[in-house]
Amino acid sequence: MSLLKIEKLNLSIHGSQILHDVSMQVAPGQILGVIGESGSGKSMSAFAAMQLLPNGATCEGQVTVAGQDVLALSETQLCQMRGRDVGMVFQEPMTALNPIRTIGDQVAETILIHENVSKAEALERAAEALARAELPQDRFPLSRYPFELSGGQRQRVVIAMAIALRPKLLIADEPTTALDVTTQAQILELLKRLVAEDQMGLMLISHDLAVVADLADEIVIMQKGRVVESGPAATLFRDMQHPYSKALLAASTHVPDREGAAQDQPLLSVRDVVREYTLHANGWLGKTSKLKAVKGVSFDIRKGESLGLVGESGCGKSTLTRAILGLEEVQGGEILLDGQPVFSGKKPNRAVRRRMQVVFQDPYGSFNPRWKVSRLICEPMHLLDQPPKAQALQDAMVEAMESVGLTADDLDKYIHEFSGGQRQRIAIARALIIKPDLIILDEAVSALDVSVRAQVLDLLADLSDRFGLTYLFISHDLSVVRSITDRVLVMKSGEIVEQGETQAVFDAPQHDYTKELIAAAPVLPADVA
Amino acid sequence: MLHYLLKRLLSLAVSLVVASLVIFLALEVVPGDPAAYMLGINAQEDTLAALREELGLNGSVVERYLSWAGGLLQGDFGTSYTYRTPVAEMIGERLWISLPLALYALTLSTLIAFPAGIWAASKRGSPVDVTVMGVTQLGVAIPNFWFAMLMVLVFAINLRWFSAGGFVGWDAGFLLAMKSLTLPAIALALPQASILARVMRSSLLDTLSEDFIRTARAKGLSKRQALWRHALRNALIPVLTIIGLQFSFLLAGAIIIENVFFLPGLGRLVFQSISARDLIVVESVVMLLVFAVIVVNFLVDLAYAIVDPRLRGRR
Repeated sequence: MSLLKIEKLNLSIHGSQILHDVSMQVAPGQILGVIGESGSGKSMSAFAAMQLLPNGATCEGQVTVAGQDVLALSETQLCQMRGRDVGMVFQEPMTALNPIRTIGDQVAETILIHENVSKAEALERAAEALARAELPQDRFPLSRYPFELSGGQRQRVVIAMAIALRPKLLIADEPTTALDVTTQAQILELLKRLVAEDQMGLMLISHDLAVVADLADEIVIMQKGRVVESGPAATLFRDMQHPYSKALLAASTHVPDREGAAQDQPLLSVRDVVREYTLHANGWLGKTSKLKAVKGVSFDIRKGESLGLVGESGCGKSTLTRAILGLEEVQGGEILLDGQPVFSGKKPNRAVRRRMQVVFQDPYGSFNPRWKVSRLICEPMHLLDQPPKAQALQDAMVEAMESVGLTADDLDKYIHEFSGGQRQRIAIARALIIKPDLIILDEAVSALDVSVRAQVLDLLADLSDRFGLTYLFISHDLSVVRSITDRVLVMKSGEIVEQGETQAVFDAPQHDYTKELIAAAPVLPADVA
Repeated sequence: MLHYLLKRLLSLAVSLVVASLVIFLALEVVPGDPAAYMLGINAQEDTLAALREELGLNGSVVERYLSWAGGLLQGDFGTSYTYRTPVAEMIGERLWISLPLALYALTLSTLIAFPAGIWAASKRGSPVDVTVMGVTQLGVAIPNFWFAMLMVLVFAINLRWFSAGGFVGWDAGFLLAMKSLTLPAIALALPQASILARVMRSSLLDTLSEDFIRTARAKGLSKRQALWRHALRNALIPVLTIIGLQFSFLLAGAIIIENVFFLPGLGRLVFQSISARDLIVVESVVMLLVFAVIVVNFLVDLAYAIVDPRLRGRR
């Protein structure tokens, strides 16, 4: 008997249909991987199983959870089912917990809601659940608040909450997307162990084929609210039928064509750079301490080269980026672009600054929503001493837009009229408009779906060939860095622990940390990828 | 927590010193000779000299500030030039009306705003929500003195439930005294309650759309339980800020309402002393109001820390 059975589910929200004839099932002890890009309906299927749908949603078809017909249950019965029969883990651990209540309180609440036990007993069992999620009491007492924990630890609290009553089914919606690779590997391992221990069913939702391929027994691939392909994980990847599944697989293993004409002379030289922050004193009489975010980092980027910088959150890569861009002064060492300092006399050096541009991660947050595209992409113009005017300006805008595959007509639109991938193209156009030598891509493709990501990577490769651009490619995603860079730097705790040719570093990592990173990164089965 | 408390206390002390300096400079130093200002342009030179002597204006600015501030610390606010009575006494009497009135109005406004805001937020888009939003829109728009006059017309003149103005004094008994403050308190509370209800509603709606509410629902909490157990306390921070601002306003900003209801409160005192050019009273009342505002802000800061563990600092 299956724990979760969704059959011919049609879901509409305010009349527009979101899910079409979706069917899937999960058996005890089984892991079902649901793969799809944003908007494919994978999360909506999960919320339909929990009946935690937005207002105005109507379901037709059948959803059975542990033998109960979910669509026929009253709200009270649903409340009894949620948390007791089905637990749920979400994508964003930083915001999934109530910031002002202790973790013990929040885990115990699952128990108190469903069972008539004393608070003390509930807390005792909460401690057990936290221990099972690998947060032992001696290091993570119940009295901790979420803000005292890291992202991975918070995700363990959410998992402890979901499994406290040993539910039959666990739904995990992108549980590791917001986490670093090594943390991701630990959380996935934990989920796998809990499934085996309790003979739970697990519905694991992800956009990342490799994550699902590593873990799942059965796989469902979704596109635009429909299941396009499903089957056992062991054979599915080798025997894909649907064109979308094939395209998805191709996109996630995509390697853009690049000529990679790196010259010998360096464009950017970073020499012994130190960046410290002064921490607030602990009390009035306490000494102020210094946090060294970047500890004497040195490297060169050659002209026309694409250099990768990988590392986990907090390793100092963003701090280093800001220093290179001349946004902050460094406390030691020097950063030179073509021999000129990026920061001189307490302020950024404009002459250097105009030769580099940056593209950020978030295609939604990095544009002013009230400006037209024409104004947005002209922002870097203020770095020029004599910005082009009239026709010259118009020509520059059109050229920038066309070089990223958009048209002159798009200049009159606002940013909300574009998709995530198009916005990232506009961000690239904004960087290109003043014809810089160096573009820093700070997690520039991390927020994009795999097929869009593949297109943007192709675009970047094409642009570097056409304009002789140099890239500093910062990412936590090893597969992306591997596909588009010539050389790679591995950063940990403010230091560069390994650097070398990308292929060489990935094939034969020298430093333990690099080995750990590569081992933790989920991979598709070798014969598929 | 102790660290937070000490830091807030220090900031309170610094604010008070800075505020007293600003008030002193603005009222006694910048306009020139206070005695000339108080007596007007036709004053005789010997009267001016006498007043300067009386007010202790012959010392240096620093000496004058220190003696003024030192007096304040000991509760000596000086003597009113127009009434010839100690300012401390005058303020004391008025404070016994203004403070209870402010508290009364604040309690009313909170008692109205919390349920209205919570109710509207929990039934977003429903007729309840639309009604609350409509009524509070009116409440914000209506000038409170007009509403006060309307209430006098209805409840005092037509129905004769309340007197049209004046204050019976606390000697008449707590209930009677409160009764004579009721209409002014309602008039003051109405716009405040409207603002507060709207802040409560929008803050609660923001919180209800947070991820942790979804987590709570996935645990099996009903919408109602999620609202009461997880959303409400998180939504309180902006609401507390507004309550703090409102209390300060109620204490000092009741001038018009005090005039409509003939209440001898602080607002009227400031008004009268400004007309009479009684610098000493103005200075003291303003200082007192500033003190009240700063203390209320300190209390609001403490309330933040009680609500939000992140402000208490890491252990």
